[in-house]
Amino acid sequence: MPIVRVENLRKRYGRGRVEALRGVTFDVEEGEIFGLIGPDGAGKTTLFRILTTLLLADSGDAEVDGMDVRKDYKAIRRHIGYMPGRFSLYQDLTVEENLSFFASVFETTIEENYHLVEDIYGQIEPFKGRRAGKLSGGMKQKLALSCALIHSPRVLFLDEPTTGVDPVSRREFWEMLRRLKERFGLSIIVSTPYMDEAVRCDRIGLIEEGRLLTIDTPSGIVGSYGQTLWAVRSDKMHKLLTDLRGIGGVRTAFAFGESHHATIDPKALDMAALRDRLKGLGHVGISIEEAEPTIEDCFMSLQKGIKK
Amino acid sequence: MSALPYLLAKEFKQLFRNRLLPVIIVLLPVAMMNVVPRIATQEVRNLNIAVVDLDHSTLSSRLTRKLQASECFNLYATCRDYGTAYDLLEEGSVDFIVTIGGGFEHNLNRSSETDVMVSVNAVNGMKGGLGNSYLAQIVTQYARELNSEKGVATRRPISVEPRYLYNSALDYKPYMIPALMAMTLALLVGFLPALNVVGEKERGTIEQINVTPISKIELILSKMIPYWIIGVFIVGFSMLMAWQIHGGVPAGSVCLILLFSMVYILTISSLGLTVSNYSDNMRQAAIVMFFFVVIFIMTSGLISPVASMPGWAQETTRLNPLRYIIAAMRDIYLKDSTFVQLLPQFVPLCIYGLAASLWAVISFRKNS
Repeated sequence: MPIVRVENLRKRYGRGRVEALRGVTFDVEEGEIFGLIGPDGAGKTTLFRILTTLLLADSGDAEVDGMDVRKDYKAIRRHIGYMPGRFSLYQDLTVEENLSFFASVFETTIEENYHLVEDIYGQIEPFKGRRAGKLSGGMKQKLALSCALIHSPRVLFLDEPTTGVDPVSRREFWEMLRRLKERFGLSIIVSTPYMDEAVRCDRIGLIEEGRLLTIDTPSGIVGSYGQTLWAVRSDKMHKLLTDLRGIGGVRTAFAFGESHHATIDPKALDMAALRDRLKGLGHVGISIEEAEPTIEDCFMSLQKGIKK
Repeated sequence: MSALPYLLAKEFKQLFRNRLLPVIIVLLPVAMMNVVPRIATQEVRNLNIAVVDLDHSTLSSRLTRKLQASECFNLYATCRDYGTAYDLLEEGSVDFIVTIGGGFEHNLNRSSETDVMVSVNAVNGMKGGLGNSYLAQIVTQYARELNSEKGVATRRPISVEPRYLYNSALDYKPYMIPALMAMTLALLVGFLPALNVVGEKERGTIEQINVTPISKIELILSKMIPYWIIGVFIVGFSMLMAWQIHGGVPAGSVCLILLFSMVYILTISSLGLTVSNYSDNMRQAAIVMFFFVVIFIMTSGLISPVASMPGWAQETTRLNPLRYIIAAMRDIYLKDSTFVQLLPQFVPLCIYGLAASLWAVISFRKNS
């Protein structure tokens, strides 16, 4: 039985003017890390707030650990850990006071569940007398995760935990999540706007404008890309992008790091012809190589498919 | 109710860790009890007068000396002509000009009748009116003195001897102190809860609390009980200060004062919490609360008595819990009123207390 079941959730804001969720359906299996990946404003936070019983959906059903988010919201609150996108612990309480406060309100103690947070809280324990507001960003995040874990939840909801965190701390954070899953079999739902973090999840859902574009494992999504992707480079990168988009037979062209990723209709254009066209447009130092598609490329192509 | 002790401990920790709040909670009652009763007085004293003595006689200078000797007046200057005195009035140095005309003594000696002109700066109507009547008293008294010296029988048709009940020294302070206590409570116990919940909303901490199994009622109690305790502390502290500084002790029962205070604290803190529940940010809550508290204070009878308001305004003050607590506090403090006598204040206060706390509970949402 899936630990989280979401069926056709819809939510509108502002007297119905803004459609935040337009029928979202997915399941999360017990003990997996499920990533919701999409840009800002895609509906990730709305979905989290519905699943954590903070917001009521307009229609559709959602269950967490077999309990209905509408009817059994009280019971659900005992079994979930939620880490909102914004740091929301008491900045005027110390590290230890925050953790013991959240343990107390769940009728437990730090000692009782210390094994759960040992790995994470252990790192900030030397600073336990410091006020939470005076911690660095990475330390705040560890404290927030400890507080979300201290009552031994069944499911962990992490809303953009790595936004605004440096790359080293981000990697560390994903390591912590992986260990939590492996050691305690915790189910984790995590959202992120960073496509490169997708590979850290067991399964991901790509979400945009309140709709799930696809749900699969990261390799499954990349594998279903179904086209050849070309990395194109020249001396005039900016001009190259506009030129590529103007050439007949080029399906898509996006800036991607140091090169542009393009897909091409093989019936209309081959590589030699493309190279000639670009030369004719005044480009020098042209390089065209086949590239490995990433989640971001898949997202772009799926997004384009939806818009058409 | 198992989480309540932890919630309360958290609230108090946060309160005492705040650099400003504990100071304000002590400082405001100190200022209210110490400073305000001395300055918020409606007695008229220290009025500056200028005397224009055009007569320069024994009798005219005797009148000047009498004015000088009065507690109410300061003789600011003696001028040679009205123009100089008027300049002083225009620049604000004096409030009254007493002009003793030439021939003052001569007229008095011949006919026992003469005139004194008094010019009053009446920008502040009450000050002008009261000062004028003090002046008239002094002049009349002087005339009587002169008559008796000359052996003319003074006519005394009716003599009025006032006896001032409850406050024999006509001291304004005992009247203000109980009302100022209620005002201090409105400012602290009303504002602090109004800013508390919305502050948690603004900082995002309420999100984390909302996903815990803490019940709505526990959360509300944790937001109110600290202010009930602070409120009772303020009342006790204020009474102690009023006694130490001004020597005033309540004529009535201290327990009764505490009982009324508690019902009132419940009302005003619930109102604060309700405002907080409806507000999205602290600025909104502060402005709305400010609006209520200012209107409450102005219509409470603290400054101008309810009985002297126009009829429709008197009716609207019935919506004001501050009106009832101020009336009750003054009656207990000055008149030793009993609980039964104060039922007309107690019943409306209880109704408002109940209504406000119900509203606070209903408007509090853990999810949206």
